[in-house]
Amino acid sequence: MIEIGLGHYLTLGVIIFTIGTIGIFLNRKNIIVILMSIELILLAVNINLVAFSIFLNDISGQIFTLFILTVAAAEAAIGLAIIVVYYRNSSTIRVEEINSLKG
Amino acid sequence: MNNLNYILPEIFISLSIMFLLILGVFKKKSSNLVHYFSIGFLLITGILIFNNSLDLNITLFRGSYIIDSLSSYMKILTILGGAIVLSISRKYLKLFKIFLIEYPILILCSILGMMVMISSNDLIVFYVGLELQSLALYVLASFNRDQLKSSESGLKYFVLSALSSGLLLYGCSLIYGFSGSTNFNLISQSINSDNHFLTFGIVFILVGLAFKISAVPFHMWAPDVYEGSPTSVTLFFAIVPKVAALTIFIRFLYVPFINVIDQWQTIIVFLSIASMIFGAVAAIGQKNLKRLIAYSSIGHIGYSLAGLAPGTNDGIQSSIVYISIYIVMNFGLFSCLLMMKRNDKYFETIDDLSGLSKHHPVLSLSMLIILFSLAGIPPLAGFFAKFYIFKSVIEESMYFLAIVGLLSTVIAAFYYLKIIKVIYFDEEKEKYDTDHSLWLKISLTSSTLLILLYFIFPSKLVEIVSRINII
Repeated sequence: MIEIGLGHYLTLGVIIFTIGTIGIFLNRKNIIVILMSIELILLAVNINLVAFSIFLNDISGQIFTLFILTVAAAEAAIGLAIIVVYYRNSSTIRVEEINSLKG
Repeated sequence: MNNLNYILPEIFISLSIMFLLILGVFKKKSSNLVHYFSIGFLLITGILIFNNSLDLNITLFRGSYIIDSLSSYMKILTILGGAIVLSISRKYLKLFKIFLIEYPILILCSILGMMVMISSNDLIVFYVGLELQSLALYVLASFNRDQLKSSESGLKYFVLSALSSGLLLYGCSLIYGFSGSTNFNLISQSINSDNHFLTFGIVFILVGLAFKISAVPFHMWAPDVYEGSPTSVTLFFAIVPKVAALTIFIRFLYVPFINVIDQWQTIIVFLSIASMIFGAVAAIGQKNLKRLIAYSSIGHIGYSLAGLAPGTNDGIQSSIVYISIYIVMNFGLFSCLLMMKRNDKYFETIDDLSGLSKHHPVLSLSMLIILFSLAGIPPLAGFFAKFYIFKSVIEESMYFLAIVGLLSTVIAAFYYLKIIKVIYFDEEKEKYDTDHSLWLKISLTSSTLLILLYFIFPSKLVEIVSRINII
């Protein structure tokens, strides 16, 4: 039976963070997936912070996590609102078709 | 309770945001009133900050909030910038039918976020301020919501900025975990260069901050967002968030990470060199003035980052002087842009400028002065700004950085001079409208005069800034 320690949590955090980052850059289809990837990145940070907080026996990491959760909710709300506004103007949310600004 | 006196500006601005929201909701057709009120409240906030003398150095709330000369100076710059943006953008907003109560309120919200960010001395406070600022800015970028370009720029800004916040937060979590605290001063005590995880954290945080300040190679959002958003919002983007981001750059580098200067110095030098060269080269082929301003602002950010590289008080001060002068020059440039209006339509490409000097000699002359100053030609203010930066860089014998900076100044001069050639020597076009608002005229005249007459009292600004000592 292996003891689950700080290293395991950090590895999980790194894996989720990488999935989130790759999800943003490789995704060519739907912008909602990008929104989900951003949430994944923030969750990876939360796992990190809670693990550190337990490990260090210091409460401020968990307080930080609460702040991040709140802000992430607000960010998702604003992101969805912007996506709706964009969809009204262009009637598509495919990532490869978002290209009216370039040069 | 005595402490609350020191954060009176922040309390005042948040109360006024709530008051304006209620006023806007309950009173019909109040956008004009809300607009005037928000300018007034911003000025009062500026006075409140001025009231706390510039030489304070205190920390509040168990060391998580700091009021010092750096924060006071930068807050005054932020607030003045916000007030001027609000007052010169009225006509533009009315013409695009986006003269709504939300516009000044969102600007006030983002300024509140920037003030918190500028004063933060703790990772949590920093994050909350940063997000308050960015959430308001996402909405501002897509403010002209019936226009495809504006909503697209909002979308792009949202995605890239949220990604950069994520990177920054990951860095913050590593720093917290391996130094054991979220307070900047405590972090600086326990940080050392042996721990590779801490180095990772520093790199992540610097990447996130470079995104916010649009330094190369994390600049890709800037041109699109600048072009797509309404011009008045672009003006805000080009000026105010840069001040806050530069402050937090200074704060991070010189408070928690001061002991690992040899680790971040190369990163800053790289960011600065890449931004200077890229900003100069990529702007050459641009047709749209707003896009061109975006690239030129990337270049200018490169110069102000160069001032942070040497790790001396002189360097920090020169970079603060640089950003102050950059703000004045950009206000002038954007005032010109807001004056290019014919039959209720705004023009924003370089071709629209051709032959401007025939019909509008005063506007062309002030544009000439502003562009010469942006290119760094003596004796205008832009030259002095660059001079201070190069002086402090050379004093620490970082010759390579200085040489690259000088060379990219030469390259950048090309596209500034190209615009001047278009204004003075190309075929003339139709006359533009001349019924500009009084504030726009005042902003253009005063910024031009400040740039032109800076050489008479060059020591005044330096004297004020020299009171900012971080190290």
